[in-house]
Amino acid sequence: MSELSAQFSKLARRQFLGSMALTGVGAAVACEEAFCGAGVDLPPLVDVNVNLFQWPYRRVSGDQTPILVETLRRHGVRQAWVGSFEALLHRDLGAVNRRLFEECQRFPGGLLVPFGTVNPKLPDWQEELRRIEEQYRMPGVRLFPDHHSYTLDDPDFVELLRLAASRKLIVQIVLMSEDERTVHPIVNVPQIDPKPLLAVVSKLPELRLVLLNPFRVASVSLLAELASAGNVYVDIAGLEGVGGLENLVKVFPAGRVLFGSYFPVFYFESAKLKLIESVLGAEISAGICAGNADRLLGKS
Amino acid sequence: MLFHTPYEIWDAHTHLSGVPGKTPEERLGNLLRYADRLGISRLCVFMGVRWSYEPTPEDFRQQNDDVLRAIAAYPDRAFGFVYLNPKQLDASLEELQRCVAQGPMVGIKLWVAEHCNAPSLDPIVRRAVSLNAVILQHTYLKKTGNLPFESTPMELAELAARHPDATFICAHSGGQWELGIRAIRKTPNVLIDLCGFDPTNGVTEMAVRELGPERIVFGSDAGGRSFASQLAKVLGAQISEDAKRLILAGNLKRVLQPILKAKGIACE
Ligand SMILES: [Zn+2]
Repeated sequence: MSELSAQFSKLARRQFLGSMALTGVGAAVACEEAFCGAGVDLPPLVDVNVNLFQWPYRRVSGDQTPILVETLRRHGVRQAWVGSFEALLHRDLGAVNRRLFEECQRFPGGLLVPFGTVNPKLPDWQEELRRIEEQYRMPGVRLFPDHHSYTLDDPDFVELLRLAASRKLIVQIVLMSEDERTVHPIVNVPQIDPKPLLAVVSKLPELRLVLLNPFRVASVSLLAELASAGNVYVDIAGLEGVGGLENLVKVFPAGRVLFGSYFPVFYFESAKLKLIESVLGAEISAGICAGNADRLLGKS
Repeated sequence: MLFHTPYEIWDAHTHLSGVPGKTPEERLGNLLRYADRLGISRLCVFMGVRWSYEPTPEDFRQQNDDVLRAIAAYPDRAFGFVYLNPKQLDASLEELQRCVAQGPMVGIKLWVAEHCNAPSLDPIVRRAVSLNAVILQHTYLKKTGNLPFESTPMELAELAARHPDATFICAHSGGQWELGIRAIRKTPNVLIDLCGFDPTNGVTEMAVRELGPERIVFGSDAGGRSFASQLAKVLGAQISEDAKRLILAGNLKRVLQPILKAKGIACE
Protein backbone atom coordinates (compact mmCIF):
# COMPACT_ATOMS: atom_id res chain seq x y z
CA MET A 1 0.00 0.00 0.00
CA SER A 2 1.44 3.36 -0.96
CA GLU A 3 1.93 6.11 1.55
CA LEU A 4 -0.96 7.99 -0.06
CA SER A 5 -3.33 5.06 0.11
CA ALA A 6 -2.34 4.44 3.68
CA GLN A 7 -3.13 8.03 4.57
CA PHE A 8 -6.39 7.97 2.69
CA SER A 9 -7.36 4.76 4.36
CA LYS A 10 -6.48 5.96 7.81
CA LEU A 11 -8.45 9.16 7.44
CA ALA A 12 -11.41 7.55 5.79
CA ARG A 13 -11.52 4.72 8.28
CA ARG A 14 -11.34 7.09 11.23
CA GLN A 15 -14.21 9.14 9.82
CA PHE A 16 -16.19 6.06 8.90
CA LEU A 17 -15.67 4.35 12.25
CA GLY A 18 -16.63 7.61 13.90
CA SER A 19 -19.95 7.63 12.11
CA MET A 20 -20.43 3.94 12.84
CA ALA A 21 -19.85 4.55 16.55
CA LEU A 22 -22.48 7.27 16.49
CA THR A 23 -25.04 4.94 14.99
CA GLY A 24 -23.98 2.15 17.31
CA VAL A 25 -22.83 -0.18 14.56
CA GLY A 26 -19.46 -1.87 14.97
CA ALA A 27 -18.54 -3.49 11.69
CA ALA A 28 -14.79 -3.09 11.83
CA VAL A 29 -14.04 -6.04 9.58
CA ALA A 30 -16.29 -4.77 6.84
CA CYS A 31 -14.62 -1.38 7.18
CA GLU A 32 -11.16 -2.80 6.71
CA GLU A 33 -12.39 -4.39 3.52
CA ALA A 34 -14.19 -1.32 2.33
CA PHE A 35 -11.04 0.78 2.59
CA CYS A 36 -8.66 -1.67 1.01
CA GLY A 37 -8.13 0.64 -1.96
CA ALA A 38 -7.26 4.31 -1.94
CA GLY A 39 -9.57 5.68 0.67
CA VAL A 40 -12.68 5.14 -1.39
CA ASP A 41 -15.44 2.85 -0.19
CA LEU A 42 -16.17 1.13 -3.49
CA PRO A 43 -17.09 -2.52 -3.83
CA PRO A 44 -14.49 -4.82 -5.41
CA LEU A 45 -14.00 -3.87 -9.04
CA VAL A 46 -14.01 -5.71 -12.34
CA ASP A 47 -11.76 -3.71 -14.65
CA VAL A 48 -12.50 -4.54 -18.30
CA ASN A 49 -9.79 -2.34 -19.84
CA VAL A 50 -6.26 -3.36 -18.82
CA ASN A 51 -3.33 -4.37 -21.01
CA LEU A 52 -0.22 -6.35 -20.13
CA PHE A 53 3.34 -5.71 -21.30
CA GLN A 54 4.85 -2.55 -22.75
CA TRP A 55 3.00 0.32 -24.33
CA PRO A 56 5.26 0.82 -27.37
CA TYR A 57 5.71 4.56 -26.89
CA ARG A 58 6.63 4.93 -23.23
CA ARG A 59 7.67 2.92 -20.17
CA VAL A 60 5.12 3.22 -17.39
CA SER A 61 4.67 1.91 -13.89
CA GLY A 62 2.61 -1.23 -14.35
CA ASP A 63 4.08 -2.47 -17.60
CA GLN A 64 5.68 -5.28 -15.61
CA THR A 65 2.99 -7.72 -14.60
CA PRO A 66 3.91 -8.15 -10.90
CA ILE A 67 3.63 -4.38 -10.42
CA LEU A 68 0.43 -4.26 -12.46
CA VAL A 69 -1.07 -7.02 -10.34
CA GLU A 70 0.01 -5.33 -7.12
CA THR A 71 -1.54 -2.04 -8.27
CA LEU A 72 -4.83 -3.64 -9.28
CA ARG A 73 -5.07 -5.54 -5.99
CA ARG A 74 -4.27 -2.43 -3.97
CA HIS A 75 -7.16 -0.66 -5.68
CA GLY A 76 -9.60 -3.43 -4.93
CA VAL A 77 -9.77 -4.98 -8.40
CA ARG A 78 -10.92 -8.59 -8.14
CA GLN A 79 -10.88 -9.31 -11.86
CA ALA A 80 -9.18 -7.60 -14.79
CA TRP A 81 -9.88 -8.30 -18.46
CA VAL A 82 -6.46 -7.96 -20.03
CA GLY A 83 -5.25 -7.65 -23.58
CA SER A 84 -1.66 -7.41 -24.71
CA PHE A 85 0.07 -4.24 -25.85
CA GLU A 86 2.34 -6.47 -27.92
CA ALA A 87 -0.66 -6.90 -30.20
CA LEU A 88 -0.43 -3.26 -31.34
CA LEU A 89 2.65 -3.76 -33.51
CA HIS A 90 3.63 -7.42 -33.48
CA ARG A 91 2.35 -9.42 -36.45
CA ASP A 92 2.92 -12.88 -34.98
CA LEU A 93 -0.30 -12.71 -33.00
CA GLY A 94 -0.12 -16.44 -32.34
CA ALA A 95 2.91 -15.82 -30.15
CA VAL A 96 1.40 -12.66 -28.66
CA ASN A 97 -1.72 -14.50 -27.54
CA ARG A 98 0.25 -17.42 -26.17
CA ARG A 99 2.42 -15.12 -24.05
CA LEU A 100 -0.69 -13.31 -22.85
CA PHE A 101 -2.31 -16.60 -21.85
CA GLU A 102 0.82 -17.84 -20.05
CA GLU A 103 1.36 -14.55 -18.25
CA CYS A 104 -2.20 -14.61 -16.90
CA GLN A 105 -1.66 -18.18 -15.69
CA ARG A 106 1.38 -17.10 -13.67
CA PHE A 107 -0.85 -15.07 -11.35
CA PRO A 108 -3.28 -17.30 -9.50
CA GLY A 109 -6.72 -16.46 -8.24
CA GLY A 110 -8.27 -15.65 -11.57
CA LEU A 111 -7.37 -11.97 -11.31
CA LEU A 112 -6.18 -11.68 -14.91
CA VAL A 113 -8.61 -12.82 -17.58
CA PRO A 114 -6.94 -12.83 -21.01
CA PHE A 115 -8.55 -11.37 -24.11
CA GLY A 116 -6.47 -12.36 -27.14
CA THR A 117 -6.18 -10.24 -30.24
CA VAL A 118 -7.22 -11.05 -33.79
CA ASN A 119 -6.30 -8.92 -36.79
CA PRO A 120 -8.79 -9.63 -39.58
CA LYS A 121 -6.36 -8.26 -42.17
CA LEU A 122 -3.80 -11.02 -41.51
CA PRO A 123 -3.87 -14.20 -43.60
CA ASP A 124 -5.77 -17.02 -41.92
CA TRP A 125 -6.88 -14.88 -38.97
CA GLN A 126 -9.67 -17.42 -38.38
CA GLU A 127 -7.08 -19.76 -36.82
CA GLU A 128 -6.36 -17.12 -34.12
CA LEU A 129 -10.02 -17.01 -33.25
CA ARG A 130 -10.16 -20.79 -33.06
CA ARG A 131 -7.16 -20.98 -30.70
CA ILE A 132 -8.55 -18.20 -28.51
CA GLU A 133 -11.75 -20.11 -27.98
CA GLU A 134 -10.77 -23.78 -28.23
CA GLN A 135 -7.18 -23.87 -27.02
CA TYR A 136 -6.98 -21.05 -24.48
CA ARG A 137 -10.67 -20.87 -23.52
CA MET A 138 -10.51 -17.11 -23.39
CA PRO A 139 -13.91 -15.41 -22.96
CA GLY A 140 -13.33 -12.88 -25.68
CA VAL A 141 -11.11 -10.98 -28.06
CA ARG A 142 -9.71 -7.46 -28.04
CA LEU A 143 -9.37 -5.64 -31.36
CA PHE A 144 -7.13 -2.67 -32.18
CA PRO A 145 -8.51 -1.35 -35.48
CA ASP A 146 -6.45 1.86 -35.35
CA HIS A 147 -3.10 0.07 -35.15
CA HIS A 148 -4.23 -2.68 -37.50
CA SER A 149 -5.52 -0.18 -40.07
CA TYR A 150 -9.00 -1.31 -40.93
CA THR A 151 -12.32 0.47 -40.92
CA LEU A 152 -15.42 -0.84 -39.17
CA ASP A 153 -17.22 -1.47 -42.44
CA ASP A 154 -14.42 -3.72 -43.70
CA PRO A 155 -15.99 -7.07 -44.75
CA ASP A 156 -13.23 -9.02 -42.98
CA PHE A 157 -13.95 -7.18 -39.74
CA VAL A 158 -17.67 -7.81 -40.12
CA GLU A 159 -16.95 -11.49 -40.74
CA LEU A 160 -14.81 -11.56 -37.60
CA LEU A 161 -17.69 -10.18 -35.55
CA ARG A 162 -20.02 -12.78 -37.02
CA LEU A 163 -17.64 -15.67 -36.27
CA ALA A 164 -16.87 -14.37 -32.78
CA ALA A 165 -20.57 -14.15 -32.03
CA SER A 166 -21.14 -17.69 -33.26
CA ARG A 167 -18.31 -18.84 -30.98
CA LYS A 168 -19.96 -16.89 -28.13
CA LEU A 169 -16.86 -14.75 -27.64
CA ILE A 170 -17.14 -11.23 -26.22
CA VAL A 171 -15.66 -8.71 -28.65
CA GLN A 172 -13.85 -5.67 -27.25
CA ILE A 173 -12.94 -2.96 -29.74
CA VAL A 174 -10.41 -0.36 -28.65
CA LEU A 175 -11.85 2.63 -30.49
CA MET A 176 -8.94 4.85 -29.54
CA SER A 177 -5.55 3.70 -28.33
CA GLU A 178 -4.28 7.27 -27.95
CA ASP A 179 -5.54 10.84 -28.45
CA GLU A 180 -4.93 11.51 -32.15
CA ARG A 181 -3.25 14.81 -31.29
CA THR A 182 -0.41 13.22 -29.37
CA VAL A 183 0.48 10.02 -31.22
CA HIS A 184 4.09 9.38 -32.15
CA PRO A 185 5.09 11.28 -35.31
CA ILE A 186 6.09 8.23 -37.33
CA VAL A 187 2.92 6.35 -36.49
CA ASN A 188 0.00 6.75 -38.83
CA VAL A 189 -2.92 5.74 -36.66
CA PRO A 190 -6.25 6.68 -38.23
CA GLN A 191 -9.14 7.87 -36.12
CA ILE A 192 -11.76 5.14 -36.13
CA ASP A 193 -15.25 5.97 -37.37
CA PRO A 194 -17.69 3.96 -35.24
CA LYS A 195 -20.83 4.71 -37.31
CA PRO A 196 -20.66 1.56 -39.46
CA LEU A 197 -21.18 -0.47 -36.28
CA LEU A 198 -24.86 0.55 -36.27
CA ALA A 199 -25.67 -1.54 -39.32
CA VAL A 200 -23.50 -4.44 -38.11
CA VAL A 201 -24.78 -4.84 -34.55
CA SER A 202 -28.41 -4.76 -35.57
CA LYS A 203 -27.76 -7.79 -37.78
CA LEU A 204 -25.94 -9.71 -35.02
CA PRO A 205 -28.30 -9.88 -32.03
CA GLU A 206 -26.21 -12.56 -30.33
CA LEU A 207 -23.01 -10.46 -30.48
CA ARG A 208 -21.74 -9.01 -27.18
CA LEU A 209 -19.72 -5.94 -28.03
CA VAL A 210 -17.67 -3.78 -25.63
CA LEU A 211 -16.40 -0.45 -26.91
CA LEU A 212 -13.24 0.58 -25.05
CA ASN A 213 -12.18 4.25 -25.01
CA PRO A 214 -15.11 5.21 -27.25
CA PHE A 215 -15.77 8.78 -26.20
CA ARG A 216 -13.32 10.75 -28.35
CA VAL A 217 -14.61 9.18 -31.56
CA ALA A 218 -18.27 8.47 -30.77
CA SER A 219 -20.87 10.91 -29.49
CA VAL A 220 -22.92 9.73 -26.53
CA SER A 221 -26.02 9.86 -28.72
CA LEU A 222 -24.42 7.50 -31.25
CA LEU A 223 -23.41 5.19 -28.40
CA ALA A 224 -26.98 5.24 -27.12
CA GLU A 225 -28.23 4.35 -30.61
CA LEU A 226 -25.74 1.48 -30.72
CA ALA A 227 -26.92 0.27 -27.33
CA SER A 228 -30.51 0.14 -28.49
CA ALA A 229 -29.55 -1.51 -31.79
CA GLY A 230 -27.56 -4.32 -30.18
CA ASN A 231 -25.75 -5.77 -27.21
CA VAL A 232 -23.31 -2.86 -26.87
CA TYR A 233 -21.36 -1.85 -23.76
CA VAL A 234 -18.90 0.95 -23.04
CA ASP A 235 -16.11 1.40 -20.50
CA ILE A 236 -15.40 4.62 -18.61
CA ALA A 237 -11.61 5.01 -18.94
CA GLY A 238 -11.88 7.71 -21.61
CA LEU A 239 -14.96 9.42 -20.24
CA GLU A 240 -14.40 13.13 -19.65
CA GLY A 241 -16.32 16.21 -18.57
CA VAL A 242 -17.28 17.25 -15.09
CA GLY A 243 -19.73 14.73 -13.60
CA GLY A 244 -19.15 12.60 -16.69
CA LEU A 245 -20.77 9.43 -15.36
CA GLU A 246 -23.87 11.22 -14.08
CA ASN A 247 -24.31 12.73 -17.52
CA LEU A 248 -23.62 9.47 -19.33
CA VAL A 249 -26.24 7.40 -17.52
CA LYS A 250 -28.90 10.01 -18.28
CA VAL A 251 -28.72 9.06 -21.97
CA PHE A 252 -26.97 5.69 -22.08
CA PRO A 253 -28.29 2.58 -20.27
CA ALA A 254 -26.47 2.31 -16.94
CA GLY A 255 -26.57 -1.48 -17.14
CA ARG A 256 -24.25 -1.31 -20.16
CA VAL A 257 -21.56 0.82 -18.51
CA LEU A 258 -18.43 -1.02 -17.35
CA PHE A 259 -15.55 0.01 -15.12
CA GLY A 260 -12.39 0.31 -17.21
CA SER A 261 -9.14 2.04 -16.29
CA TYR A 262 -6.95 1.66 -19.39
CA PHE A 263 -4.19 0.98 -16.90
CA PRO A 264 -1.23 1.13 -17.17
CA VAL A 265 -1.33 3.78 -19.94
CA PHE A 266 -3.66 5.86 -17.77
CA TYR A 267 -3.23 6.37 -14.05
CA PHE A 268 -5.55 3.84 -12.41
CA GLU A 269 -6.95 6.51 -10.06
CA SER A 270 -8.63 8.32 -12.95
CA ALA A 271 -11.44 5.81 -13.47
CA LYS A 272 -11.81 5.21 -9.76
CA LEU A 273 -12.21 8.89 -8.88
CA LYS A 274 -14.91 9.24 -11.55
CA LEU A 275 -17.09 7.07 -9.33
CA ILE A 276 -16.65 9.68 -6.61
CA GLU A 277 -17.11 12.72 -8.84
CA SER A 278 -20.51 11.41 -9.91
CA VAL A 279 -23.23 10.43 -7.47
CA LEU A 280 -25.00 7.48 -9.03
CA GLY A 281 -26.91 5.63 -6.37
CA ALA A 282 -25.94 2.25 -4.95
CA GLU A 283 -27.51 0.08 -7.62
CA ILE A 284 -26.05 1.83 -10.65
CA SER A 285 -22.70 2.17 -8.94
CA ALA A 286 -22.55 -1.52 -8.07
CA GLY A 287 -23.42 -2.38 -11.65
CA ILE A 288 -20.64 -0.24 -13.05
CA CYS A 289 -18.08 -1.43 -10.50
CA ALA A 290 -18.64 -5.12 -11.21
CA GLY A 291 -22.22 -6.31 -11.64
CA ASN A 292 -22.60 -5.40 -15.31
CA ALA A 293 -19.30 -7.03 -16.22
CA ASP A 294 -20.15 -10.14 -14.18
CA ARG A 295 -23.43 -10.49 -16.02
CA LEU A 296 -21.76 -9.98 -19.38
CA LEU A 297 -19.10 -12.58 -18.66
CA GLY A 298 -21.61 -14.95 -17.12
CA LYS A 299 -23.34 -15.20 -20.46
CA SER A 300 -20.22 -16.76 -21.94
CA MET B 1 -19.33 7.51 -1.59
CA LEU B 2 -16.82 8.46 1.04
CA PHE B 3 -13.72 10.25 -0.07
CA HIS B 4 -11.30 12.04 2.18
CA THR B 5 -8.10 13.57 1.04
CA PRO B 6 -5.29 14.55 3.37
CA TYR B 7 -4.32 17.26 0.89
CA GLU B 8 -5.34 20.83 0.36
CA ILE B 9 -6.20 21.11 -3.32
CA TRP B 10 -6.37 24.25 -5.45
CA ASP B 11 -7.27 24.00 -9.12
CA ALA B 12 -5.36 26.39 -11.40
CA HIS B 13 -7.52 25.93 -14.49
CA THR B 14 -11.32 25.79 -14.77
CA HIS B 15 -14.01 27.25 -17.01
CA LEU B 16 -17.69 28.11 -16.91
CA SER B 17 -18.32 26.05 -20.03
CA GLY B 18 -19.19 22.35 -20.06
CA VAL B 19 -21.16 22.65 -16.83
CA PRO B 20 -24.90 23.34 -16.61
CA GLY B 21 -26.41 26.51 -15.20
CA LYS B 22 -28.55 29.38 -16.42
CA THR B 23 -26.26 32.04 -15.01
CA PRO B 24 -22.48 32.23 -14.56
CA GLU B 25 -22.85 31.95 -10.79
CA GLU B 26 -25.09 28.92 -11.15
CA ARG B 27 -22.44 27.30 -13.36
CA LEU B 28 -19.67 28.02 -10.87
CA GLY B 29 -21.90 26.69 -8.10
CA ASN B 30 -22.33 23.44 -10.02
CA LEU B 31 -18.61 23.21 -10.70
CA LEU B 32 -17.94 23.63 -6.99
CA ARG B 33 -20.46 20.93 -6.14
CA TYR B 34 -18.35 18.43 -8.09
CA ALA B 35 -15.07 19.92 -6.83
CA ASP B 36 -16.30 19.41 -3.25
CA ARG B 37 -16.71 15.69 -3.82
CA LEU B 38 -13.00 15.41 -4.58
CA GLY B 39 -11.80 17.76 -1.87
CA ILE B 40 -10.86 20.64 -4.20
CA SER B 41 -11.25 23.82 -2.19
CA ARG B 42 -10.35 26.64 -4.62
CA LEU B 43 -10.79 27.14 -8.34
CA CYS B 44 -9.12 29.56 -10.72
CA VAL B 45 -11.74 30.29 -13.35
CA PHE B 46 -11.51 32.08 -16.68
CA MET B 47 -13.37 32.65 -19.94
CA GLY B 48 -17.11 33.02 -20.08
CA VAL B 49 -20.11 31.03 -21.08
CA ARG B 50 -19.55 31.52 -24.83
CA TRP B 51 -15.99 31.32 -26.19
CA SER B 52 -14.31 32.70 -29.31
CA TYR B 53 -10.84 32.04 -30.73
CA GLU B 54 -10.11 35.69 -31.48
CA PRO B 55 -12.39 37.66 -29.20
CA THR B 56 -13.27 41.27 -29.97
CA PRO B 57 -13.02 43.66 -27.03
CA GLU B 58 -16.81 43.35 -26.60
CA ASP B 59 -16.43 39.56 -26.56
CA PHE B 60 -13.74 39.39 -23.92
CA ARG B 61 -15.41 42.05 -21.77
CA GLN B 62 -18.59 40.00 -21.82
CA GLN B 63 -16.70 36.82 -20.89
CA ASN B 64 -14.85 38.59 -18.09
CA ASP B 65 -18.16 39.99 -16.85
CA ASP B 66 -19.42 36.40 -16.65
CA VAL B 67 -16.41 35.46 -14.53
CA LEU B 68 -16.72 38.55 -12.31
CA ARG B 69 -20.34 37.67 -11.67
CA ALA B 70 -19.51 34.07 -10.89
CA ILE B 71 -16.63 34.73 -8.50
CA ALA B 72 -18.60 37.46 -6.70
CA ALA B 73 -21.01 34.73 -5.64
CA TYR B 74 -18.17 32.56 -4.25
CA PRO B 75 -15.46 34.97 -3.10
CA ASP B 76 -13.91 32.44 -0.72
CA ARG B 77 -13.81 29.61 -3.27
CA ALA B 78 -12.84 31.06 -6.65
CA PHE B 79 -10.23 33.32 -8.21
CA GLY B 80 -10.75 35.02 -11.57
CA PHE B 81 -8.19 35.38 -14.34
CA VAL B 82 -8.86 38.04 -16.98
CA TYR B 83 -9.19 36.78 -20.56
CA LEU B 84 -7.41 39.02 -23.11
CA ASN B 85 -6.56 39.14 -26.82
CA PRO B 86 -3.07 40.53 -27.56
CA LYS B 87 -4.24 41.48 -31.07
CA GLN B 88 -6.53 44.00 -29.33
CA LEU B 89 -3.71 45.46 -27.30
CA ASP B 90 -5.17 48.77 -26.12
CA ALA B 91 -8.49 47.23 -25.18
CA SER B 92 -6.65 44.37 -23.46
CA LEU B 93 -4.59 46.74 -21.33
CA GLU B 94 -7.77 48.60 -20.39
CA GLU B 95 -9.45 45.33 -19.51
CA LEU B 96 -6.46 44.31 -17.41
CA GLN B 97 -6.84 47.59 -15.57
CA ARG B 98 -10.58 47.08 -15.07
CA CYS B 99 -10.50 43.46 -13.93
CA VAL B 100 -7.16 43.11 -12.12
CA ALA B 101 -5.84 46.57 -11.11
CA GLN B 102 -9.28 47.85 -10.10
CA GLY B 103 -11.16 44.55 -9.89
CA PRO B 104 -10.84 41.31 -7.95
CA MET B 105 -9.06 39.20 -10.58
CA VAL B 106 -5.58 37.85 -9.87
CA GLY B 107 -4.21 36.54 -13.15
CA ILE B 108 -4.34 36.67 -16.94
CA LYS B 109 -5.53 33.95 -19.31
CA LEU B 110 -4.33 33.93 -22.92
CA TRP B 111 -5.74 31.35 -25.29
CA VAL B 112 -5.38 30.99 -29.06
CA ALA B 113 -5.83 34.54 -30.40
CA GLU B 114 -2.12 35.15 -30.96
CA HIS B 115 1.19 33.29 -30.87
CA CYS B 116 2.57 34.09 -27.45
CA ASN B 117 6.04 35.01 -28.69
CA ALA B 118 4.54 37.98 -30.64
CA PRO B 119 5.76 41.46 -29.60
CA SER B 120 2.20 42.50 -28.75
CA LEU B 121 2.46 40.32 -25.65
CA ASP B 122 5.27 42.41 -24.17
CA PRO B 123 3.21 45.39 -22.89
CA ILE B 124 0.68 42.98 -21.37
CA VAL B 125 3.42 41.04 -19.59
CA ARG B 126 5.08 44.23 -18.31
CA ARG B 127 1.77 45.42 -16.88
CA ALA B 128 1.16 41.98 -15.38
CA VAL B 129 4.52 42.17 -13.60
CA SER B 130 3.65 45.54 -12.10
CA LEU B 131 0.39 44.05 -10.81
CA ASN B 132 1.99 40.77 -9.62
CA ALA B 133 -0.47 38.96 -11.88
CA VAL B 134 0.30 35.42 -13.07
CA ILE B 135 -0.07 34.73 -16.80
CA LEU B 136 -1.58 31.41 -17.80
CA GLN B 137 -0.96 30.73 -21.48
CA HIS B 138 -2.69 27.91 -23.37
CA THR B 139 -0.13 25.78 -25.20
CA TYR B 140 -0.53 22.68 -27.35
CA LEU B 141 1.52 20.67 -29.84
CA LYS B 142 -1.00 18.84 -32.00
CA LYS B 143 0.10 16.18 -34.42
CA THR B 144 -3.12 16.95 -36.26
CA GLY B 145 -2.12 20.63 -36.62
CA ASN B 146 -2.48 23.61 -34.32
CA LEU B 147 -5.02 26.39 -34.81
CA PRO B 148 -3.60 29.31 -36.84
CA PHE B 149 -2.48 31.35 -33.82
CA GLU B 150 -2.27 28.62 -31.20
CA SER B 151 0.88 28.77 -29.07
CA THR B 152 3.46 26.10 -28.38
CA PRO B 153 5.52 25.64 -25.20
CA MET B 154 8.58 26.67 -27.25
CA GLU B 155 6.96 30.02 -28.02
CA LEU B 156 6.11 30.49 -24.36
CA ALA B 157 9.72 29.78 -23.42
CA GLU B 158 10.75 32.60 -25.78
CA LEU B 159 8.33 35.03 -24.19
CA ALA B 160 9.35 33.99 -20.69
CA ALA B 161 13.03 34.47 -21.48
CA ARG B 162 12.24 38.07 -22.49
CA HIS B 163 10.51 38.64 -19.12
CA PRO B 164 12.45 36.84 -16.39
CA ASP B 165 10.57 38.78 -13.70
CA ALA B 166 7.14 37.56 -14.85
CA THR B 167 5.50 34.29 -13.79
CA PHE B 168 3.93 32.10 -16.45
CA ILE B 169 1.92 28.92 -16.39
CA CYS B 170 2.32 26.71 -19.46
CA ALA B 171 -1.18 25.28 -19.71
CA HIS B 172 -1.67 21.64 -20.72
CA SER B 173 2.13 21.05 -20.60
CA GLY B 174 1.89 21.42 -24.38
CA GLY B 175 -0.34 18.34 -24.69
CA GLN B 176 2.59 16.25 -25.89
CA TRP B 177 4.12 16.63 -22.47
CA GLU B 178 7.34 14.78 -23.23
CA LEU B 179 8.12 17.72 -25.51
CA GLY B 180 6.43 20.48 -23.53
CA ILE B 181 8.31 19.75 -20.33
CA ARG B 182 11.62 19.87 -22.18
CA ALA B 183 10.68 23.09 -23.98
CA ILE B 184 10.28 25.10 -20.78
CA ARG B 185 12.97 23.36 -18.75
CA LYS B 186 15.50 26.19 -19.09
CA THR B 187 13.07 29.02 -18.26
CA PRO B 188 12.61 28.84 -14.48
CA ASN B 189 9.84 31.45 -14.44
CA VAL B 190 7.52 29.04 -16.27
CA LEU B 191 5.43 26.50 -14.36
CA ILE B 192 3.32 23.88 -16.09
CA ASP B 193 -0.24 22.87 -15.42
CA LEU B 194 -1.18 19.24 -15.85
CA CYS B 195 -4.64 19.59 -17.35
CA GLY B 196 -6.40 19.17 -20.64
CA PHE B 197 -4.97 15.88 -21.86
CA ASP B 198 -5.68 12.28 -20.96
CA PRO B 199 -4.49 11.00 -17.56
CA THR B 200 -1.36 9.50 -19.07
CA ASN B 201 0.69 7.55 -16.57
CA GLY B 202 4.14 9.06 -16.08
CA VAL B 203 3.54 12.71 -16.86
CA THR B 204 3.86 13.97 -13.31
CA GLU B 205 6.86 11.77 -12.59
CA MET B 206 8.66 13.19 -15.63
CA ALA B 207 7.72 16.76 -14.72
CA VAL B 208 9.03 16.35 -11.18
CA ARG B 209 12.23 14.79 -12.48
CA GLU B 210 12.93 17.43 -15.12
CA LEU B 211 11.50 20.60 -13.57
CA GLY B 212 11.42 19.89 -9.86
CA PRO B 213 8.16 19.76 -7.89
CA GLU B 214 8.08 23.56 -7.43
CA ARG B 215 7.26 24.20 -11.09
CA ILE B 216 4.11 22.11 -11.46
CA VAL B 217 0.52 23.04 -10.64
CA PHE B 218 -2.58 20.89 -10.62
CA GLY B 219 -5.36 22.03 -12.93
CA SER B 220 -8.41 20.23 -14.27
CA ASP B 221 -9.76 22.14 -17.28
CA ALA B 222 -13.22 21.33 -15.88
CA GLY B 223 -16.04 21.44 -17.02
CA GLY B 224 -14.65 20.16 -20.37
CA ARG B 225 -12.52 17.65 -18.48
CA SER B 226 -13.32 15.64 -15.41
CA PHE B 227 -11.86 16.70 -12.06
CA ALA B 228 -11.29 12.99 -11.42
CA SER B 229 -9.19 12.19 -14.47
CA GLN B 230 -6.98 15.21 -13.99
CA LEU B 231 -6.56 14.86 -10.24
CA ALA B 232 -5.47 11.26 -10.83
CA LYS B 233 -2.32 12.62 -12.49
CA VAL B 234 -1.16 13.83 -9.08
CA LEU B 235 -2.81 11.38 -6.69
CA GLY B 236 -1.65 8.44 -8.79
CA ALA B 237 1.89 9.65 -9.41
CA GLN B 238 4.85 7.94 -7.79
CA ILE B 239 6.33 11.07 -6.27
CA SER B 240 6.96 12.20 -2.71
CA GLU B 241 4.22 13.43 -0.41
CA ASP B 242 5.95 16.80 -0.30
CA ALA B 243 5.89 17.01 -4.08
CA LYS B 244 2.17 16.22 -4.09
CA ARG B 245 1.47 18.97 -1.60
CA LEU B 246 3.36 21.48 -3.69
CA ILE B 247 1.61 20.48 -6.91
CA LEU B 248 -1.88 20.28 -5.43
CA ALA B 249 -1.83 23.72 -3.80
CA GLY B 250 1.55 24.91 -2.50
CA ASN B 251 2.95 26.19 -5.77
CA LEU B 252 -0.19 28.00 -6.86
CA LYS B 253 -0.44 29.61 -3.44
CA ARG B 254 3.17 30.73 -3.69
CA VAL B 255 2.80 32.40 -7.09
CA LEU B 256 -0.55 34.00 -6.19
CA GLN B 257 0.62 35.13 -2.76
CA PRO B 258 1.94 38.59 -3.77
CA ILE B 259 -1.22 39.65 -5.58
CA LEU B 260 -3.52 38.12 -2.98
CA LYS B 261 -1.63 39.96 -0.29
CA ALA B 262 -1.76 43.22 -2.26
CA LYS B 263 -5.52 42.80 -2.61
CA GLY B 264 -5.96 41.81 1.01
CA ILE B 265 -7.39 38.41 0.07
CA ALA B 266 -6.84 35.87 2.82
CA CYS B 267 -6.16 32.37 1.60
CA GLU B 268 -5.18 30.19 4.51
ZN1 LIG C 1 -8.74 25.43 -20.56
